[in-house]
Amino acid sequence: MKKLMMSAAAFAMALGVAAASADAEAKTKACWVYVGSIGDFGWTYEHNQGRLAVEKELGDKVETVYVENVAEADSERAIERLARDGCNIIFTTSFGFMEPTLKVAAKFPDVKFEHATGYKTAENVTTYNAKFHEGRYVIGQIAAKMSKTGTAGYIVSFPIPEVIAGINAFMLGAQSVNPDFKVKIVWANTWYDPGKEADAAKVLFSQGADIIVQHTDSTAPLQVAEEQGKQGFGQASDMIKFAPKAQLTAIVDHWAPYYVRRVNDVINGTWKSQSSWDGMAEGTVQIAPFTNMPDDVAKMAGETAEAIKTGKLHPFTGPITKQDGTVVGEAGKPLPDGDILGMNWYVKGVDDKLPQ
Amino acid sequence: MDMMIAVILTIMTAATPLLLAALGELVVERSGVLNLGVEGMMVMGAVCGFGAALMTGSPWLGLFASIAAGMFMSLLFGFLTLSLVSNQVATGLALTLLGLGLSGQIGESFVGQPGVKLPNYDGFDPLIPFAILLAWGVSWFLFKTKAGLVVRAVGNSHASAHAMGYHVIRVRYLCVLFGGACAGLAGGYLSLVYTPQWIENMTSGRGWIALALVVFASWRPWRTVAGAYLFGAISILAFTVQTFAWGIPSQFLSMLPYLVTIIALVVISGNRMLTRANTPACLGQPFVPDR
Amino acid sequence: MRLVLEKRAEQSVRMAILSPFIALALTVIAGGIIFALRGLNPFEALYVYFIEPLTQDWAREQLIVKAAPLILIGSGLAVCYTANVWNIGAEGQFVIGALLAGMIPVYFPAWQSPDVMVVMLALGIIGGMAWGAIPAFLKIRFSANEILTSLMLVYVAQYLFDWLVRGPWRDPQGFNFPKTVNFAGWQLLPKWGEIHMGALFALIASIVLAVVMWRMLKGFELRVLGSAPRAGRFAGFSSERATLFCFLLSGGLAGLAGASDVMGVSGQLQTPYAPNYGFVAIIVAFLGRLNPIGVIFAGLLLALSYIGGESAQVSLGISDKIAKVFQGILLFFILACDTLILYRIRIESGRAAQTRAAG
Repeated sequence: MKKLMMSAAAFAMALGVAAASADAEAKTKACWVYVGSIGDFGWTYEHNQGRLAVEKELGDKVETVYVENVAEADSERAIERLARDGCNIIFTTSFGFMEPTLKVAAKFPDVKFEHATGYKTAENVTTYNAKFHEGRYVIGQIAAKMSKTGTAGYIVSFPIPEVIAGINAFMLGAQSVNPDFKVKIVWANTWYDPGKEADAAKVLFSQGADIIVQHTDSTAPLQVAEEQGKQGFGQASDMIKFAPKAQLTAIVDHWAPYYVRRVNDVINGTWKSQSSWDGMAEGTVQIAPFTNMPDDVAKMAGETAEAIKTGKLHPFTGPITKQDGTVVGEAGKPLPDGDILGMNWYVKGVDDKLPQ
Repeated sequence: MDMMIAVILTIMTAATPLLLAALGELVVERSGVLNLGVEGMMVMGAVCGFGAALMTGSPWLGLFASIAAGMFMSLLFGFLTLSLVSNQVATGLALTLLGLGLSGQIGESFVGQPGVKLPNYDGFDPLIPFAILLAWGVSWFLFKTKAGLVVRAVGNSHASAHAMGYHVIRVRYLCVLFGGACAGLAGGYLSLVYTPQWIENMTSGRGWIALALVVFASWRPWRTVAGAYLFGAISILAFTVQTFAWGIPSQFLSMLPYLVTIIALVVISGNRMLTRANTPACLGQPFVPDR
Repeated sequence: MRLVLEKRAEQSVRMAILSPFIALALTVIAGGIIFALRGLNPFEALYVYFIEPLTQDWAREQLIVKAAPLILIGSGLAVCYTANVWNIGAEGQFVIGALLAGMIPVYFPAWQSPDVMVVMLALGIIGGMAWGAIPAFLKIRFSANEILTSLMLVYVAQYLFDWLVRGPWRDPQGFNFPKTVNFAGWQLLPKWGEIHMGALFALIASIVLAVVMWRMLKGFELRVLGSAPRAGRFAGFSSERATLFCFLLSGGLAGLAGASDVMGVSGQLQTPYAPNYGFVAIIVAFLGRLNPIGVIFAGLLLALSYIGGESAQVSLGISDKIAKVFQGILLFFILACDTLILYRIRIESGRAAQTRAAG
């Protein structure tokens, strides 16, 4: 019975899709569901830049649509609306959209779904994410070189594996330069609230940090650094305009190459379900120009970045000592991807406790 | 010592936007009007101030634009609730929705542009003392001047104020406009002083906190100052405690400002007579003059 | 020239029915102008916004799903505000309701029987009531203003939820991501198409509350205490009891809405969780003129404006901001037109006003 209903639904779907695609014969419809607003100058802003790149590169072959400010509670409806509206591929760009994406995908087998930062795939659902921790290893080295007090302040949003892996990679990078390097951590419990982020930065500076690192989206911490004559790193976008004297470099999310490739795959009929985890090599994670630092530091950072790009250097190369003293990873070999994707422990030297 | 000064300055900048918006709302509520749209007026102040400063290059003109934007929004509210006696609570909430949408639309092209910052002296900006001065001014106005007496009379009993020949609606319009100006200025403080940038929804609920502070202060200006500084101090303290890495979940530290505000209110509410004497009796009630 | 309101001798029934339509007509005109200025065909835009969601089965079902929590919470708040009890923190009660309901699948994932559904819903109600009882208690015992306490408790509830779902309650197989296990079987509400049982609860709640408010002593008591507190006290009604009653009622309904939302829509707890239903329901309560039956229509209308806003984003490519502006304008017109029920509006010329002043 259930099977019968499923096939009936699939048949109805097929009709719906056929009807929808009739008027847009040649065009492939690529759609995005954003958790935030395209004006956040952070996570959603960069995904939207990726969408605009798709429009620009593929021109007449595509039509793009987006829905912004979609709360998790509303996401299933928003995704299903896009699927019903004849989208051929739908990108859902927040971890919270994982289950809704899978649910809608089961109803629309002919539509391709791509879910960012999750871990569940299906026949027509791909996951994609970026190795932001690669960039964080590079800035860790720069921070250790540039800091006079030997202490960095680190503003973080939420304790999810991606963020924790970022802290660890930063610390491992810093320790490769200065084994005694210290980091002070403040959880802002928000992805963006400029006021709170500025407060956190000020608190960290008053506690002796002279370099600020952020895993939140607004430019506020860098602006505080600029004003107080300290330094820091941009996040998600190149923020040099906001802190011409303070920004050392920035980790830039650059989704354009991935989006163009995947939409092209749909156009050519070569799309396959996969789990994609691109990094600096593929250009999804980019490092902004090195500024406000001596040439030798810039040279070192450039070499590290190059080594990561070519695969010679892996930020999480064993053996790695955890905060509790246990050692993980085989000597000379990188940690398995799964360990990084689900990371919930700190490396030795991080002065913070993780909620377990 | 330097560290202490830095911490105190941080608390002051965190408290000032709350204080500015709360003082405006205090006057509005004293006149018997409940405007829940502070967040909407504030975010409009933020975007218009930012835009004006960007175009003219002058942060001072920016602040004026913030005030004007806040007043424009409050005028809308005033027209609906005072002239057309629509429901104040619902109109205020709708004003917030409108403000969030409109500001996002206006600010579309400002995203990713560095703003113009108001000059300051080692982090001490002119609006910090201005907000305190404003509290003094509001206090003096409400309790020492005839006009202030009229405002309170209108808020406590609009019928008798009307009978005595005061123009209730006009008084309320002026108070609502003042509230809008203050909320707009508070928004401008965010986008021109606190964090000179524009991103959508950058007020992040500060308008709501300002509203709560008015109640916390039982409608008295100096208590509003205390409330805003208390709230700011606890927020900063929570961040400072995090840097000690004691292992307290950050969510509990983040709730602290809200919990402390509740507890402080409970403690000071013990004196019932005082609270009742200060609560505007006509708060939220519509008034239509019968001629 | 000035606007003059004249009080009607009694509420105009005709206007009570007509005013929403006048408001809608005005909104359509204003909306048409906005859309035309944006370079869109105003007729097509308005069709997408208001009509299209009503033409498809799927969208109609979504409309009801979206309206259900608004009606459930809004009807409880309508009773509160009638009695002059200011519960602004339904959002927090909603979150705690969801949290307590979600506790069962977290701790007893294997429990599968009809009982579990009842227990989860009951826990949702209890959670909402308990969270609502705090401002009520603080008001009664310490006369602490409930506007502040209930609002502040929203943030506390959200952080508590966040901590549990990220920490102790997270899915052990979830790679340390911030979500609980997926609910399954009897831990989910039965559905008709997309519509889950929460819609039924909403309908029942508003009808029962309408009967209570207009046909029973309790309703009379609350209305008297709301409009004339002194008279109410002389009549022997206790405003303390009314405060507690209202908070327990509206909190319980908000908690039920929270439980229904996680059991009917998302099927898991996931943070951040801020669907905003608790705040929007305040508008719904007033839009429904504090009448539980009116709340049903108000909830549906607001849900339509959200869903219409989404269709407009997808079909017309307008931004979420324009949709919000439009929603704000719609609300303004509706609120303003309700004035016509109680008042006649006349526009007087300056001279007429002067003559009257002189005479």
